[in-house]
Amino acid sequence: MDAPVNTNLLELYRTMRRIRTFEERVGELFVRGQSAGSMLHLSIGEESSAAGVCAAMKPQDTFTTHHRGHGIFLARGADPKRMMAEIGGKETGYCRGKGGSMHIADMALGHLGANAIVGGGIPAVIGAGLSSRHLKQDSVSIAFFGDGAMQQGILYESMNMASLWNLPVLFVCINNQYGMGTRIDQATRNTAFDQRAKAFGLNGAVVDGLDVEEVQAAARWLVDEARAGKPGFLSVEVYRFFGHARMDKSPYREEAEELEGRKKDPVLFARNKLIDTGIEEERILDELDKAIAAEMDATIDFAVESKAPPLGSMFKDVYAAGEPEPESVRARIDRVLARDDA
Amino acid sequence: MMTSMTYRDALRKALDDAMTDDSSIVVIGEEVGRYGGAYGVTKDLIKIHGADRLIDTPISEPAIVGTAVGAAMTGLRPVAELMYIDFLGMTMDQLANQAAKIRYMFGGQIGVPMVLRTQGGTGRSAGAQHSQSLEAWVMHTPGLRLAMPATVADAYHLLRQSLTKPDPVVFIEHKALYTRKEEIDLDADPLPWGKAAVRRQGDDLVIVTYSRQVFYALEAADALARKGIEATVIDLRTLNPLDFDTVREHVERVGKAMVVSEGVMTSGVAAELAARISEECFDFLEQPVLRVAGEDIPISVSQELESGSVPSARMIADVAARMMA
Repeated sequence: MDAPVNTNLLELYRTMRRIRTFEERVGELFVRGQSAGSMLHLSIGEESSAAGVCAAMKPQDTFTTHHRGHGIFLARGADPKRMMAEIGGKETGYCRGKGGSMHIADMALGHLGANAIVGGGIPAVIGAGLSSRHLKQDSVSIAFFGDGAMQQGILYESMNMASLWNLPVLFVCINNQYGMGTRIDQATRNTAFDQRAKAFGLNGAVVDGLDVEEVQAAARWLVDEARAGKPGFLSVEVYRFFGHARMDKSPYREEAEELEGRKKDPVLFARNKLIDTGIEEERILDELDKAIAAEMDATIDFAVESKAPPLGSMFKDVYAAGEPEPESVRARIDRVLARDDA
Repeated sequence: MMTSMTYRDALRKALDDAMTDDSSIVVIGEEVGRYGGAYGVTKDLIKIHGADRLIDTPISEPAIVGTAVGAAMTGLRPVAELMYIDFLGMTMDQLANQAAKIRYMFGGQIGVPMVLRTQGGTGRSAGAQHSQSLEAWVMHTPGLRLAMPATVADAYHLLRQSLTKPDPVVFIEHKALYTRKEEIDLDADPLPWGKAAVRRQGDDLVIVTYSRQVFYALEAADALARKGIEATVIDLRTLNPLDFDTVREHVERVGKAMVVSEGVMTSGVAAELAARISEECFDFLEQPVLRVAGEDIPISVSQELESGSVPSARMIADVAARMMA
């Protein structure tokens, strides 16, 4: 009888490779001038945080993300075509082109929204936790954010409430060492972030993001505890391989540091582990990578070929359908001038 | 059936009745449970609906509003209470960047059916950080509805209606009205949401206002009537949606208009309304629309300075009389 195959690691690898390749294609979309703006924050180097934590979630769970959240959404099961279309500001995107990279959301997958305000999406999980308990949803709500948000007050208000009310909530810090161009030790004295969570009475853990299986194990413990009413905090230590956004060439850090940081590659680490432990042959992984590349190439075509949203959709969804809509400035001016002509 | 009720009790009854009818309603805020609300609006509701639904919070205004946003997105209908509207600055990210924009940013996937109950205005010598009229901040943010009841009946009905709306409603009470009593008939059909009320009809001047200034305008109108000047007084009730049709109809009929607001004049609600009247009713206006509004200064604790810095019945009547001269 064959030894049991670690399909878990293979699946996690597949998720991480899809994230890595997707993010590379996002960069290409930008280079081709097809992205809507340059506000593109890539999560290359951080794939283990998304893959490991999402693998610990249940279908009914909800989450919010930050400005660097493509990977989390993909790990949760998003359609990369609709994601790329949204990043391109197209009608076929998740938010019909109105949200883009930093405001992508999907209620079907429990994605309560990405956020362009650092820390802005955190307190929503407190509300989702209240709903979970009040409406007996048995769901955990997870706030994903970067180390930049560790210095935002709203996080601590939220941690305090989660702990006070024993909510099914988890805070996940993806510590990529940089808030834009400011290295974490230039932003705070004590970078042992779990201590802060523990001070509020939360479960707290710090995990090296190099090994996705370790991330997953820590997340499983914390998610299970949260579901039972003991909220928690997880910091995943990774390195942001590239600049803050597409235009950022990282003038604030040395190339030597970057080269060293990029050695901490969770995708490569998982790949080598799969090969070294005999779970999968290199040849098969090459095939898998190739298939993922083809899948992600198609997302660009889909985004480029999709239509921009119709101009008339501009006034839709400010308020619910059937509620009074805003009147356009042009219509108001036209109305006033038409009266003068009469 | 007619009953005598205060503004405060009408608000309390609206919450109580709504919570009885809709089990998804929860109240979240500082001192809303055991204390019963800083102004007593939620008094004893915890005894009726329980601590799970009257949720006392730490003093964390941003997270209170953020919690309401998340709860509203996941099946509850939260009422977040902000003890004073002056704390709005604390919460503006969660209100203006999150609550107001979520439906739009997410392409209509989901709304945020929450009510942010708060109170504002002068009248209690509460000083510069507890007496402001910040409705213009809210009105300036697309995505937020804005209700500002003046009468006891509206305190009840507008709050009940707010609690059925699919979008976030900022509901601003006036701190000087809580003890105001009125005979009301709760069985009578309420005015529709988004419809202004003509509180007094006259042919000489239109006074457009809302919240406590409605009563000052009515008092002024009585004084003006003794001089033979008849004013129409329009109570807007909601600033978003804004019932401009009613304003237009009366301004076009009468030809003179004044807008009264307790908020500071510059870039305020009165400024917006005056601009709109000027644009849309220009051919019917016999003279410029005047704004009677709060001075462009902070509110003082001194009663004399406080009352002197916002419109009064006397000031409204004086300005109106000069407009008619």
